[in-house]
Order: sequence, then C-alpha cells, then structure tokens
Amino acid sequence: MLQGWIQIALTLLIILLLTPPLGGYMARVFSGSETRLDRLFIPLEQLIYRWGGMGSLVDMTGWQYIRAVLFSNLAMALLVFMVIMFQGLLPLNPTGLGSPTWDTALHTVISFVTNTDQQHYAGETTYSYLSQGLGLGFLFFTSAATGMAVAIAFIRGLTGRPLGNFYGDWTLAITRILLPISLVGAVILVAAGVPETLAAPVVVPTLEDATVQQAIALGPVAHFEIIKMLGENGGGFFASNSAHPFENPNGLTNLLQIVAMMAIPTALIYTYGIFANNRRQAWLIYAMVFGIYLGCIGVAAIAEYQGNPAVNALLGGPHPNLEGKEVRFGWAQSVLYAVTTTGTMCGAVNAMHDSFMPLGGAVLLTNLFLQIVWGGQGTGTAYLFAYLILAVFVTGLMVGRTPEFLGRKIEQREVVLTSLLILLVHPIAILIPAAVTLAFSEQLAGTSNPGFHGLSQVIYEYASAAANNGSGFEGLADSQPAPTALWWNLSTSVSLLAGRYIPMIALVLLADGMSRKPPVPMTAGTLRTDTGLFIGVTAGVILIMGALTFFPVLALGPIAEAFQIGGGL
Amino acid sequence: MNLLKETVRALRATLVLWVLVAVIYPVILLVVSQVVFPYQANGSLMTNAQGQVVGSALIGQPFTRDRYFNGRPSTTRYSSADPQTDRTGLLKTGISGASNLAPSHPALLERMQAKPSPDSQGVGMKPTADLLYSSGSSLDPHITPEAARAQIDRVARARGLQPNQIDPLIAQNTEGRFLGIFGEPGVNVLKLNLALEQLQP
Repeated sequence: MLQGWIQIALTLLIILLLTPPLGGYMARVFSGSETRLDRLFIPLEQLIYRWGGMGSLVDMTGWQYIRAVLFSNLAMALLVFMVIMFQGLLPLNPTGLGSPTWDTALHTVISFVTNTDQQHYAGETTYSYLSQGLGLGFLFFTSAATGMAVAIAFIRGLTGRPLGNFYGDWTLAITRILLPISLVGAVILVAAGVPETLAAPVVVPTLEDATVQQAIALGPVAHFEIIKMLGENGGGFFASNSAHPFENPNGLTNLLQIVAMMAIPTALIYTYGIFANNRRQAWLIYAMVFGIYLGCIGVAAIAEYQGNPAVNALLGGPHPNLEGKEVRFGWAQSVLYAVTTTGTMCGAVNAMHDSFMPLGGAVLLTNLFLQIVWGGQGTGTAYLFAYLILAVFVTGLMVGRTPEFLGRKIEQREVVLTSLLILLVHPIAILIPAAVTLAFSEQLAGTSNPGFHGLSQVIYEYASAAANNGSGFEGLADSQPAPTALWWNLSTSVSLLAGRYIPMIALVLLADGMSRKPPVPMTAGTLRTDTGLFIGVTAGVILIMGALTFFPVLALGPIAEAFQIGGGL
Repeated sequence: MNLLKETVRALRATLVLWVLVAVIYPVILLVVSQVVFPYQANGSLMTNAQGQVVGSALIGQPFTRDRYFNGRPSTTRYSSADPQTDRTGLLKTGISGASNLAPSHPALLERMQAKPSPDSQGVGMKPTADLLYSSGSSLDPHITPEAARAQIDRVARARGLQPNQIDPLIAQNTEGRFLGIFGEPGVNVLKLNLALEQLQP
C-alpha cells in the first residue's frame, strides 16, 4: 500500500514543481512580454493572423468577444461535422467505415467542440483515421484554446485590464502552449510504444489456437493522444480510451498523461497571481484546491484499495478492486488518474469508472458537481474566481459592508451573473434531464445496472456532459444502435451546450463589467481576500453549495449503494 | 454586414488553424515516428523465425488452456474470433471494451463463480484477484507476478516440465515499474507463452 501512496505523492510533487515555470510562461505569452521562442513563433503567428483574416487584433468588448467565441466555435463544428458525415467517401479509411448516424455525428461534434469529448461510440468501429485525426484531433486544439482564451480574458477583466482579442489569444494558446508541448510529448509517447501509423488493423492467428484470429487495431494515435490529455479533451482514439495498451502502454506514458492533464489548469492559477500581482493569493487558492483534491484522492484510494467485500470473500482475503482496471496501473495509478480526470474535466480514463467502488464513484461525481478541483481547460480557473466572488458577497453580508474584490465593488450584476453560472446552470443541466430520463426509465434510460447504481449512471452521464468532462459510467446504452441512443445523444447535447456556452457568456460579461469599474481605494475596513481565513470561507462556500445542491442524488446513488454492499448485497 | 464579416473571419481562422494542427502537425509526427521509431509506431509487432507476425508486445491474447499461462478475463476475448463465425465483423476493425459492471451488480459475482476453477489439475492453486476481475481494455497484456507464479505448477504438469525450468521465464518476461516507481509490475502473458513454446514447442 505504501508504494502506491509514494507513486501518488511523487506525481503530485512533479506537478507542483511544474506550476511556477509554466504559469510564468503563460503569463508572459498572454501579456505580450518577450519569450525565448519569439523569433521562431512571431513569423508563424503573423502568417496565421494574415491568412486567417484576423485583422489587427484590437481589444474586444464583452459582446464582441462573445460573438467571436460563438462564431469561431460554430465554424469549426460545421467543418468537422462535414468531415465525419462524408468519411465514407474520403480517404484514410482503411476499415471501410460508412457515415455514422446523424445523431451520433451531431452529439460527437457538440461534445468535442465544447471540450467535453463524451463519446457515444466506439472509436475502432465508428470513425475513420481521417475523421479522428483531421476532425476530432483538430477540435482537441481549438476547443482547449477557446477555454484558455476565455480564462485569460476573464483574468484580464478581473484585474482591470481590457479583455483582449479572442482570435489573438486563441492563436497564441495553440502556437505557444498546446502545439509545442504536444510535439515533444507525442514523440515521447511514440518512443514508449504508442502507434503512429496509417496502416490498417493487423490480423494474426492466436498462439493458443491458430483457427482463432486476433485483430489488432492501429492508427495515428500518438499525436492525438498527447493533445487529448494536454487540452483536457479526453476523447479516446479507441473505445477503452487510456486503458487501451496502445493509448497508454506503461508507467511512463501514464505519468506523462497525468502530468499533461494537470499542467495547464494548475499553472493558470499561478498565471492569475502574476496578472493580479498577488502571488500570495494565487498560492492560497492553489492550496485550497490542492487540499480538496487530496481529500478526493484519499477517499477514492481507500475505497478501491479495500476492494469489493463480496469478491474478497471469494478470494479469501482483502484485495483491491481490479474490475475494469489494468494490471500495469493497479489501484494507485487508476485512482489518481480517475480523480484527476474528473477534477480537471479531461475525461480520459485508464480504468472504468462504472466499476469503481461506490465511494470511489461518489468522489468522481463530486468532482463533476464542483467543477473546480482544478477544473476544465481555462473555464475551471474562471469558476474558481466566480466562487471567490460569491464568497466575497457572502462575507460582505456577514460583516455588513459592500463587498469588494481586487479593489472593485461587487454589485447586483456581478452577483446575478456568478449565481447564474454557479448555482443555476449546472444543476439545471444535470438534474432536470436526469429526472426526465428516470421518470421514463424503461423507454429512455438504458441503464445496465439494477438498483442504486442505475441512478448513478444516469446522473453521471448528465453531470459529465454539463461539466464538459466526458467520462462516463459506460455501461449505459447510449451508443447507436441501442434504442435509447437517440435520446441520450440529443438530451446530453443540450446539457453539453448549456454547460459550456451559458457560463462562458456570463464569465465574459462579468469580466467586462469588472474591468470598467473604477477601483476603490483599500481602507482598514476592506475585507482582504488573500488571507487564509478568507480562503477557508471560500472552501466552505464551495463545499456547502455543492453539498446542498447535489447531496440528495449522491445519497440516492453511490451512498445507498455503499450501504447495500456493506450490508452484504 | 457585420455578421457576414464575423462569419467570414471565423471560417478563415478555422481553416488556417485546421491546416496547422490537423494537417502539418500530424504529418510531422507521422514522418518522425516512422523514421525514428518504426517498431513502436507500427504497433510493436513481434515476428517469429519465419518472419510472420505473431502478435503485439503490448496487446494480450486469449489463453485458457492448462499448458499456457492464462491471462485475465476479457469481455471481447482479446479482440479475437474464429473467422468462420465472426458475425459482428470484429476482425475487420479490432475492438476493445470492458464489462462496466458495478460492484453491486449481481452478474459480477455470477461471472466469477461460473469461471472454471483455475486449479483443474488439482495442484492446490489459489485464485488471484487479477484473474477474477476483468480488465479495463479487455486487451490487458499483463497478469501480476503472483498470478503467474500461482500457475507454474499447473503449466509444468500439463507440459511435463519441471517448475524450475519455467521459473526463470517469468522473471525474464516481467515488465517493471517506470523508474522502479510508477505503475505496477506485470508479467507479459503472450511473451511468456512464446518463451514457453521456444523451450518446448
């Protein structure tokens, strides 16, 4: 057991050490300071700006920024929708796949353009190499860059600067951060065994019985895999995602994937510290999130390590739960990966979440509910500050002063926008469709598990969609040709869109409003937001809000299942 | 007019970035991989003395007979099928997947209880967890070293070998943790069984 904890601790240490250099680098990139690679990148970016018709990159107002986000996202969604609908006529399709059904294609495109990558299909049997590489792999970069651009605009607004230009930040996120790291990371992945080829699957006779043949699926996986992780995308090339030995063959690739998915959300908090010129506050927020993250890892790890009592009885002793887990990762790396992937809204999996112990599953669900245990690419950091604003408001009420954050007054508009994006959109996009699905469970749900776990499956699917995570309790019959697939494709598409664009619009408007407010001078009576006490209150606000909203479904799903198992089935 | 301009800008920007990240970047990677790491880039395929491909060093194969070390339960039979009866056409694409059974699902225990005892030879073999629980990918190439050691006596008896002839093969085909720290050690079942065949065809 100790060895497992050491693995976890060392991985977290690597991430901690990476935060200041990467966060500092991102701050330099987005504040237009000089960086060492300027000479290489500036000509490339000039070319992109010119050919892309992006103009002179003047600062945008809130609504201009929002319009640019929505139009660019619509354009890329349309492009990819065409690519995958016509994949049967296009090259790089060695297995001769036809078009997917329209609802699968629609759900896939919405899911990938929103940086969610919820997959209601199996990669091997649904999408050609062209669709995956030139379609979905493209959205990996652009959807992640959209989230980063919005986060940077949000940070700029909060700290009293103009929001910047969406197209400029979108391009910089790709050319300066995502693409260079992906190039290096993908080469490491190939060296460690991840395929990168256009060859068709290989069919071999099996060693045990030559009349039985094995098909080994291949493809251009490595370049896809690294940006899948780095961009918090998480859509697997193969059906079993990062549990597949070709996506994640060993301890090295697993470590690289965990570090890649943590790198940007952790570093963005530090980037904020530089923008706000208050690193102390950034580290305090970082410590708060780290604390919640550690708690999640602890609970899930103990649950998985203790294993399934019914199976332990068969084995004649306690043993970690290995259902849906790979031997090369064991309980420690599976738990660390699962908590990280649900916390950062990546959604890649190296072990099947559906088969986690109930308390492990409860932790994963909690991550999806809170959305800030690092949070999605860019948006997670922004939600974190929305929670801070809410905490400022709550403490302001307690002490009876007009609340201020970073020297700007928090007024009605700010409180309405933050409550909208934190308190309203997320639970509505999860609980209402889940209630409809469960009300007509015979016709709509398609759950594969009886009892409490069936409820967890439905809740998880909508939570994953609304949080733009993309992982799932995958036993659910949500893929064509299941009769429930159409409902799942369409209803989760609504949650995906609502969970992505409504908060984004609110974030940009919030930042725009803050940036236009005149700063108020700090006095002795000003509530300081860079103290341990205030961050503690924020943690309380986060956990209480999350608990109040979602505790009933946690109690009916995983917690009830835990009691059932504890009571001997 | 304003919206038209906005649309044109969005489309142009999308196309330019598409060329960069969906065409130029994958092509660079493909060329580098195929030139520098051709073995890994093409799926780590292993060939026999006659030059025929026998499998991938990273992908498990189904083994259920006593004379082989058995791997983990797989929901897709390690993406294999008899070509005569492959009704779903899995041999055309290859597949992967998991049971996705919750710990509370009755089918989980039923499956484990229905599994034939690994101790069919009566050598006093204890069950190990990894051989009862099915894997995440259904292609897991590994079993734990304990699961391999537990099978030595059975394999030796089925092949008429001494256990100490087989013992060293397990160590040779165990793949360790990265840097001795990250991940768990696993015995590569296909490689181990290939070595076994070399020892005694």
